[in-house]
Amino acid sequence: MTKFPISLWVGLLMTILFVMAAAVSFFWTPYDVRELDIASRFIAPSFSHLFGTDHFGRDIFSMIMVGARNAIGVSLLAVGIGIMIGVPLGLWAAATRTYGGGFIDEILMRTNDLIFAFPSLLMAILITAVFGPSAINAIIAIGIFNIPVFARISRGAALSLSSKEYIMAARVSGKGMVRISYEHILPNILNLLIVQATIQFSIAIIAEASLSYVGLGSQPPDPSLGRMLNEAQTMIFFAPWLVYFPGGAIISMVVGLNLMGDGLRDLLDPKTNKAKEEDVVA
Amino acid sequence: MIRLIIIILSVIFYPNLLSAQNKITIGLQMEPPNLDPTAGAASDIDEVVYGNIFEGLVRIDQYGKIQSGLALSWDISKDGRSYVFHLAEGVKFHDGTDFDAYDVKFSFNRARAKNSTNAKKYIFKPIVMIDVFDSFTIMITLDHARSDFLFNIGLGDAVIVGEESAANNVYNPVGTGPFKFKRWIRGERIELIANDQYWGGAVWLERVTFKFITDPLSAYTAMMAGDIDAFPNYPAPENLFLFEIDPTFDVIVGLTAGETILSTNNKSAPFDNILVRRAMAYAINRQEIIDGAMFGNAVPIGSHFAPDHPYYVDLTALYTQNLTKARALLKEAGYEQGFTASLKLPPPIYARRTGELIAYQLAKIGIDLKIENMEWAQWIDQVLRHKNYDLTIVSHVEPMDIVIYANPNYYFGYDNKDFQKIIDDIDHSNDKAQTEKLYQEAQRKIADDAVNGYLFQLGKYGVWKKNLMGMWRNYPIRANVLRDVYFAEAQ
Amino acid sequence: MGAYLFKRTLSLIITLIVASIVIFIMIEVVPGDPAAFMMGLSDNTEAANAVRTELGLDASAWQRYFTWIFGMTSGDFGISYTYRIPVSELIGQRLLVSVPLTLYSLILSTMIAIPVGIIAASRRGSFVDTVLMGLAQVGVAVPNFWFAIILVLFFSTSLGWFSAGGFLGWDAGFFQGLKALTLPAISLALPQAAILSRIMRSSILDVMDEDYIRTARAKGLSKNQALIDHGLRNAMIPVLTILGLQFSFLLAGGIIIESIFSLPGLGRLVFQSIAQRDLIVVKSIVTLLVFAVVMITFFVDMCYALVDPRLREGAQK
Repeated sequence: MTKFPISLWVGLLMTILFVMAAAVSFFWTPYDVRELDIASRFIAPSFSHLFGTDHFGRDIFSMIMVGARNAIGVSLLAVGIGIMIGVPLGLWAAATRTYGGGFIDEILMRTNDLIFAFPSLLMAILITAVFGPSAINAIIAIGIFNIPVFARISRGAALSLSSKEYIMAARVSGKGMVRISYEHILPNILNLLIVQATIQFSIAIIAEASLSYVGLGSQPPDPSLGRMLNEAQTMIFFAPWLVYFPGGAIISMVVGLNLMGDGLRDLLDPKTNKAKEEDVVA
Repeated sequence: MIRLIIIILSVIFYPNLLSAQNKITIGLQMEPPNLDPTAGAASDIDEVVYGNIFEGLVRIDQYGKIQSGLALSWDISKDGRSYVFHLAEGVKFHDGTDFDAYDVKFSFNRARAKNSTNAKKYIFKPIVMIDVFDSFTIMITLDHARSDFLFNIGLGDAVIVGEESAANNVYNPVGTGPFKFKRWIRGERIELIANDQYWGGAVWLERVTFKFITDPLSAYTAMMAGDIDAFPNYPAPENLFLFEIDPTFDVIVGLTAGETILSTNNKSAPFDNILVRRAMAYAINRQEIIDGAMFGNAVPIGSHFAPDHPYYVDLTALYTQNLTKARALLKEAGYEQGFTASLKLPPPIYARRTGELIAYQLAKIGIDLKIENMEWAQWIDQVLRHKNYDLTIVSHVEPMDIVIYANPNYYFGYDNKDFQKIIDDIDHSNDKAQTEKLYQEAQRKIADDAVNGYLFQLGKYGVWKKNLMGMWRNYPIRANVLRDVYFAEAQ
Repeated sequence: MGAYLFKRTLSLIITLIVASIVIFIMIEVVPGDPAAFMMGLSDNTEAANAVRTELGLDASAWQRYFTWIFGMTSGDFGISYTYRIPVSELIGQRLLVSVPLTLYSLILSTMIAIPVGIIAASRRGSFVDTVLMGLAQVGVAVPNFWFAIILVLFFSTSLGWFSAGGFLGWDAGFFQGLKALTLPAISLALPQAAILSRIMRSSILDVMDEDYIRTARAKGLSKNQALIDHGLRNAMIPVLTILGLQFSFLLAGGIIIESIFSLPGLGRLVFQSIAQRDLIVVKSIVTLLVFAVVMITFFVDMCYALVDPRLREGAQK
């Protein structure tokens, strides 16, 4: 183990800050985000309203706290779906390949490629066109595109492990496919998964913001960072703080997570420090 | 080399050279799906073609008055059933064919045919006979006297089309109007050029470009950069003050025919209870909605009727916000603890903003609304067709559409015999004073029954260059008639 | 090689067929009716039914699938429900905006990313490296639609350099067109450039460790010289792969950017078509995009197989 990298410190700090703000927003925000007050709309950032107020007179700082909470919640669940479904699929694919056959592996991996080939934002819009816009559908839409990422990465890692002696030994001792995957492979690829999860989490934050920007995420009166930006668009000429602060919040959240991911990678898995950058694209 | 530079430079500045005073670029938010106003819901189509490419027997002006069109005059029989139209002579369609009474007959027969895709077939339903007396005289006979027939045939859905060209009007419209269709770059713009054969005399403008700008942010920057001469209905009321303080623009806030209402499903509980609907009416604060959602640029309404219409009665004082009364009514209806309902909102920004304010206001009397934002396609499917909704907010932009309350199958689910009788009487009325009285009675009836929440009349926010003259102030129908539009000499 | 090629081609064909079925089913379940949409708020089911017949919407699902697929193979994508013109014409018009926009932003992002990657890699660990990679971190995190709004705020409102008011068409002049695409291209390019420069940097660092670079340096070439003469070409391989994927990503990913800048591109067409339930257009565009990605992946795989024989052996096991 090398020393704790500085990027990990910074990233961890930023992430904790947002997670705490989100947690606090459950029981306290400076102002009630459901209280509309037309008389106090468009107040520029000041002591009473740190980030100013919007067109309904709501406090932007409070809205960002709750918006961050929604973003974190949606992203967490979406990545969770990816892990819960993707990792078992990946391990299964790898196992069938090592146990001969490989037909299932082929089908699973081709399906993966196929999902990758679909334009994700477009698909998310279609999914919400079918089921209607809501936070839950946003979670599903983002989650689906996380499945192949985790399937691919866990399959690759599991395959490279399968020729290791202790796996061989386990096979010889008569342990089944599921047990080997669970007892021997999973613990050994955990580091890799944690790093990937952090990166996917930051991608999910941006995806959630994009979806709610086009109006497909959580619905009003629940604040969401993307929708705040959308609503602010026509007001930027006289109330520019309406775009600065929510945008700044998204960026710092994502930077924090990415720094944490990079740091974790250096810490846990120094060999693969360029692993899978292309997933950032997809 | 120098010549090349000159050519390149002139290419760069080409649009500027052309922007002499006979060329206009008009910004619209919605692109029409096609250009045939007689096939499909017409308002986005009318904004481009009405009075510019196509004309009807009569035309509706910017104050909602009926003026002569292709029919120069008309006589109405004593019983109000038959109309004899005297048509203009020497009128040619843009494809060179002649216009005559047979085109009128063709157009109306096409609109009322079985396979017609006309969105307002009801206009033609009462027609029992069309008789061509000679090439320029035609008589139309109705089942009985109808007070709204003349107005209705002035709508875009009743324009006169040519038999040779009708089938292609969806993409290559051929009419009799002052401008001819030139081309359409989909998603971007439609270009028209002046029709030098126009029967109504010369027009000022040579070239007209309708440019489609969906995003309000782009609308603003395009106006400010001077790329657009006029935005007849600017999409963001909150930006109007920025144009007002700019000396190069005129801002004209007019009225549309759009009653913005909190549509209520009168068939589903608890909204089938008049006490609940009245309680809601007492919980609504119209001024807060107009200020908050429309930035003060809208006129409050108390019933389903346009405030600038001569038959209008001001019923806004019938229910004013009174939370004590509202709570008392809810208690009387058995909903002391309030209840939960859904509020389905279509995409326009007025609906979304009004929706948030309504949810906030109704929460004060314990009604918890779950907002569901949807696209038009979903809204039409769920709300309009399958009536699967509790509340929604929408602007009914058709002129004189109070008649929809007489249809028990319309999505309001308002089935009231008394009201249906009033509308039936209006239908048969042949006397102006009586018609007016009946319309006022109709307005009172639905306001009293609190069928829907009546909020405000949607404004028309005209923004254009100061030297541009003759643009419509109001939208009695959605149209941007450019016949009399011109640029004044630079000040 | 022949066997591998056959196997990959077979799997390509199967993938394409499966993709087309998936897309068709997906579009089928989208609720909402284009005919009803066209009638708007008017209360007229009779006319809506007439439209439905006119559009051929009352044929069975099987019939429509095969008409669609066989039409597609001969370049006939059908007629748009809303516009009533051939879908291929509609898409063609939009590609004239989307393809230049995509190329423009790819060129911009490569022009930023390659120098940044090289500089950062050649001064690994230095202050410059830290700053550049720090900026890249931020670049990756910026949502492109937010960046677009900020660009409009500064460049078209405050400075008045660009109009941001949409696209006047190429016939208004090439430079006019380019100008209209500049802000959108920049907003698309920034996050891509950030990703690409990180990949470029790590790719160069990898190459620098390879034997042939060490040899070249042992022969007396300077570090930079060795990199330019031998390293760069190899370092570009992963970068080009990413560029290929970014192309199709950007082609579809412009949805939000195109609507912020009112550009009549493919993204806005598909977004609007979903809203209007012009499903035949949605179907065709999704299919085109998916096919493009599948084909790009196929060719990349083929190229790798040509370069690296081990891959095709491995694939045959």
